[in-house]
Amino acid sequence: MTKITSKVYINVGRFGVSMAPFLFIALVILRLFLSTLHNSKTKKMAHPADVQLLNKALSGIGVDEKSLISILTKTHHEHKRFIRKGCSQFFIEDERQFERWDDSAIKNLKVEFKRFKDAVMLSLMHPWERDARLLKKALKKGPQLYGVIVEIACTRSSDELLGARKAYHSLFERSIEEDLATHVKGTERKLLVALVSAYRYEGPKVKEDTAKSEAKELLQAINNRDKRKPIEDEEVIRILTTRSKPHLREVYQQYKKISGKTITEGLEAEILLKETIECLCTPHTYFTKVFETALREDANEDDKKALTRLVSTQEAGNLKGISDKFAHKIEERVKGAYKDVLLGVLAKGQMSGQA
Amino acid sequence: MATLKVPAHLPAPSEDVEQLRKAFEGWGTNEQLIIDILAHRNAPQRNLIRKTYAEACGEDLLTSLEKELSSDFERAVLLFTLDPAERDAYLANESTKRFTSSNWILMEIACTRSPHELFNVRKAYHARYKKSLEEDVAHHTTGEYRKFLVPLVSAFRYEGEEVNLTLAKSEAKILRDKISHKHYSDEEVIRIVTTRSKAQLNATLNHYNTAFGNAINKDLKADPKDEFLKLLRAAIKCLTVPEKYFEKVLRQAINKLGTDEWALTRVVTTRAEVDMVRIKEEYQRRNSVTLEKAIAGDTSGDYERMLLALI
Repeated sequence: MTKITSKVYINVGRFGVSMAPFLFIALVILRLFLSTLHNSKTKKMAHPADVQLLNKALSGIGVDEKSLISILTKTHHEHKRFIRKGCSQFFIEDERQFERWDDSAIKNLKVEFKRFKDAVMLSLMHPWERDARLLKKALKKGPQLYGVIVEIACTRSSDELLGARKAYHSLFERSIEEDLATHVKGTERKLLVALVSAYRYEGPKVKEDTAKSEAKELLQAINNRDKRKPIEDEEVIRILTTRSKPHLREVYQQYKKISGKTITEGLEAEILLKETIECLCTPHTYFTKVFETALREDANEDDKKALTRLVSTQEAGNLKGISDKFAHKIEERVKGAYKDVLLGVLAKGQMSGQA
Repeated sequence: MATLKVPAHLPAPSEDVEQLRKAFEGWGTNEQLIIDILAHRNAPQRNLIRKTYAEACGEDLLTSLEKELSSDFERAVLLFTLDPAERDAYLANESTKRFTSSNWILMEIACTRSPHELFNVRKAYHARYKKSLEEDVAHHTTGEYRKFLVPLVSAFRYEGEEVNLTLAKSEAKILRDKISHKHYSDEEVIRIVTTRSKAQLNATLNHYNTAFGNAINKDLKADPKDEFLKLLRAAIKCLTVPEKYFEKVLRQAINKLGTDEWALTRVVTTRAEVDMVRIKEEYQRRNSVTLEKAIAGDTSGDYERMLLALI
């Protein structure tokens, strides 16, 4: 010890400063360096959990805003690099050695982030404008969305449908029937134009004899479906597009009596007709089905959009009782603010149902 | 423009009701008094009189009129007293019944009323007949008539003046194509005539005339015996030049051996508050005699007085 000190002492020379303080400072610096290494080691160990959190926050329907905020407020850029490396479903390794957002992931995220905004706008919209815009969109997109046209034309009251037609005039300077007739080709045209033009009587008065005979006509048309498609049968169209809903529900009952089956059982191949009858006679079944499809694992974007659409349809009172059935599924598959909107609206429906 | 003349100094509804009661009192009926009142009140005023009468007398004014009056005069007064939407609903319902069935009247109502008025007719139809207009029309028609009339009465045409000239050109071409192949009740023809706005349809038909040399109705006369064609031509006329259509109905009603009173009554009572002035002008232009003179020459008594009071 003395030897070292004296050597050190001698090296510094005429200033007579001890080397010990330098050694002390060097040790402190070394310790600091080691501790930062240690810290980044601890941060390295937190990454897998964050990767998992990010994956979860961005998968499913809607986005989990709260989790995203907690991840993003960790500012260390090394941290983010490890997240990017860990989330292979969102980031891919670019040939020039950096982790890049996957284009299809960007597309998906745009859609998911937009859901809340759409839900807000649609909910605040006047029902007439909402329906007019939905009709236009469905028409533009084509046959895969014709079910939406059926849904709106058949589940709204006569005056609500009239309102939608008026709003359509204002928004698009055309009538809905003229646009439908122009753009829908094929056998669905007659059905869709007639459905949208209807102004059904809404009183309870129903003639049982007429209902019986019309049930028979429907049965005949459905039994002949191999020779002629029911959607092309004049009488089927007449009955479904002009009769009142109470009358059609009576027809539905009579049909069951005389054939032992429901009308929809015979129409498995004719989706549009099937949905027409469901919406007119058993709307609750229809809405339950839409919810189910939207919350399935393999649901496509159109199916999922139905959720937003139905959220704003809640006023129609058709969603009573659905909340219990789907609350669990929604909790599982839907995220963030969008989920809160869905659950809130369904709960409201439940409450108003009880009132 | 309307020909209906309402006095500058309007009596209160209660006064009118009092006068009407006096007209019904006793052995006979004071028909002139009824004409003096009812033929000189507009629709809102008549509605008010009906309401006041029901409150004062416990009976609908129309029921009292039915009791007191008869024949063509009764029909004219009843029809005119009704609120326009109710009147059209009544006429439409009549047109679906077996013995009074008429596709023409349905077409006339559907094409000459404004989209808004037509919807009011549908509302009134619900209220009065507990059914929808389109369900009755569909139930009582078949084939090409159903294909045409149901969309016609269900239409809620856009009311704006906007016109798409490119569309007008392409649709004129479609019409030309179908007509030259004699596909008069083709889906495309029906689509264009039953859904396009009146302004757009007008533009299309103008273009048809310019491009193909003939007005469309001339080309549609190819088969004079075809009843459906006649209806189609009339519908097109109603949609574009209703005063000419009504002039023709009046002319045929008056010139007919014995007069078609129902047609005459219908046109006068339904147009007196709408465009009777133009119809009269058209009538004089086409027949070289005023409508007043023609009616006076062809009808008589209270019925004549009622019609003349309205025009």
